[in-house]
Amino acid sequence: MAQAGTPARESAASDEVVVHIRDLCIRRGGHAIYDGADFDIRRGLITAIMGPSGSGKTTLLRLIGGQWRPDRGSVTVDGEDVPRLSQSRLYELRKRMGMMFQGGALLTDYSVFENVAFPLREHTRLPESMIRDLVLMKLQAVGLRGARALMPEELSGGMARRVAMARAIALDPMMIMYDEPFTGQDPISMGVLMRLIRRINDALGLTSIVVSHDVDEILSIADDVYIVSGGKVLDHGSAERIRNTRSERVRQFIDGAPDGPVPFHYPAADYAQDLLGGGA
Amino acid sequence: MTQTRMLETVVGLFICLGVAAIFILTLRVSNMGNLTGGSSYQVTALFQDIGGLKVGAPVTMAGVQIGRVSNIGFDQSRFEAKVTISIKSRYDQIPKDSNASIFTQGLLGEQYVSLTPGGSEKVLKNGDKIAFTQSALVLEKVIGQFLVNKASSGGK
Amino acid sequence: MNTAWRVVLDFLARVGRAQFFLLRVLAALPSLARRPGLVVQQIYSVGVLSLVIIVVSGSFVGMVLALQGYNTLVRFGAETSLGLVVGLTIVRELGPVVTALLFAGRACSAMAAEIGLMRATEQLAGMEMMAVDPVKRVIAPRFLAGVISMPLLTAIFSVMAIGIAGGYFIGVIVLGVDPGAYWSQIQSGISVWGDIFNGLFKSLVFGVAASWIAVYQGYHAEPTSEGVSRATTRTVVMASLAVLGLDFILTALMFGG
Repeated sequence: MAQAGTPARESAASDEVVVHIRDLCIRRGGHAIYDGADFDIRRGLITAIMGPSGSGKTTLLRLIGGQWRPDRGSVTVDGEDVPRLSQSRLYELRKRMGMMFQGGALLTDYSVFENVAFPLREHTRLPESMIRDLVLMKLQAVGLRGARALMPEELSGGMARRVAMARAIALDPMMIMYDEPFTGQDPISMGVLMRLIRRINDALGLTSIVVSHDVDEILSIADDVYIVSGGKVLDHGSAERIRNTRSERVRQFIDGAPDGPVPFHYPAADYAQDLLGGGA
Repeated sequence: MTQTRMLETVVGLFICLGVAAIFILTLRVSNMGNLTGGSSYQVTALFQDIGGLKVGAPVTMAGVQIGRVSNIGFDQSRFEAKVTISIKSRYDQIPKDSNASIFTQGLLGEQYVSLTPGGSEKVLKNGDKIAFTQSALVLEKVIGQFLVNKASSGGK
Repeated sequence: MNTAWRVVLDFLARVGRAQFFLLRVLAALPSLARRPGLVVQQIYSVGVLSLVIIVVSGSFVGMVLALQGYNTLVRFGAETSLGLVVGLTIVRELGPVVTALLFAGRACSAMAAEIGLMRATEQLAGMEMMAVDPVKRVIAPRFLAGVISMPLLTAIFSVMAIGIAGGYFIGVIVLGVDPGAYWSQIQSGISVWGDIFNGLFKSLVFGVAASWIAVYQGYHAEPTSEGVSRATTRTVVMASLAVLGLDFILTALMFGG
């Protein structure tokens, strides 16, 4: 693939907001996942959503994709009010969104080729020959054209994710979401995935949303970064700015410091008392 | 795509097997064969006691099934059971004064209607009534009769 | 008192959820007319693969019934009625019920496990995000395949039990009941509408109930390995109980007189 000419972040298109979220509130299982959060995802950029485990990063993707509805607030994707869409219109919107699940979520009964062909076969009436060409092109983009006959159980984790990526771009979407793409990967695999995310975003003019807590990897490819914790947006800015931030909580997260605003010790009674006191 | 062809063939075979089994059940394992097979005409007969006769019970003559009981009703004016018999059309030479009796198959079996031919030249037609009937043998009455006879003969 | 109410309300909510799910599945059925291949594939895994156990069980059940029936009837000199005993018992009761129980154990557990696993590995969510309705693509074909296969399997079971291997083999060939008597008893004693049709209708009802339970449990399984295993066992237990319960109701309605 040839390199894109101008980096997307500098063009005027980067001011256009594709996903517009305001005052997001959602509670699950008794506690608030989001309690008043705002997000602006800009077209053509890679936006990273980072935060500690359980901070609702995956929930955000589900809200954008319309799988869950917020208790309060608005979620607008490309002008459409997602929570209020009818099922058929939601499905139309989803055809323009690609999603890569953690672990790939490939269909286990189908080969790599058939997995990538799945959205094409379901949503288009293209002849088999065209579908074959498209599938091979997508697989070539992720470097797995030779693996087309393999079954998902024969793939390594990194390969499965790449196939999932190829499948996510099968319908040439306008937007693509990645749920923890780097988790549990070896360094080479991580490098491959990082490069692919950047190249696919630029070459296809996509808008990418990457949810992750792998700090170094994500900061090296993201254009725009959101740090989420405690149901709110802690910080938002370019990767450069976030890396050099002075906010204590964000600093602890970025540096991976074991103790700081998020304490090391789970709240407990005084240590000496506990040891000497006996009892449970 | 030969794997799909094989799959489809096997499934088709399965469905054919199942449907064939359903056919076997309906045609060979039931009284379907007796029900269909031509038209029939109806005659009625009045009985004092039909015992356990049921609708669908066979109607025989000389042991050969010639029809079946199609309806059982109650005649309120004469307090007798009105049994409608459906006889196959090809048996159209049954004398009008034939006798209809209710017998039991074996000792404990189902009850059926047996026609004994009379001597009349006229034959039964649709809507006719059989004049001579013999009710079912009710076991309790027979035993009661037997006990009474025994008692009276024992007394002598 | 509060927890008792909670349990009752919980139960009602679950029943309601199951109802809505059934409606969803039924609403998805017409779309299968355009993609019969999906149903065919499922009939294979649900029906064809159950053939072996059904045929073998049918034979054994028929043989046992013939043996037991003969032993009792011969005491009254009524062994010629063996055909009727075997025939009626199979067609009215054992055919539909035993087939349904075997189906619940083999096919329904497989369906629930498969769907539950797809849930646990996010394949169903993945499909949803690809704008493919998993109810139409995955659930409805399996449900329809179950409903279609049940009466067919029941008929095959009944034929095996009464005719080919079971009753006929033991009764006539081994025990020496007169073959003519065997069949004529059956043919005069079993009515098409009253017995055969009712038996097949029962199997249809069982098919709907068991398949519904299977796809529901699978679809709503917890996305963990215990969740899937729990969904599978729950399917077998609930489907079996449902079959027996429905059998009682249907028998009372049809043969209660």
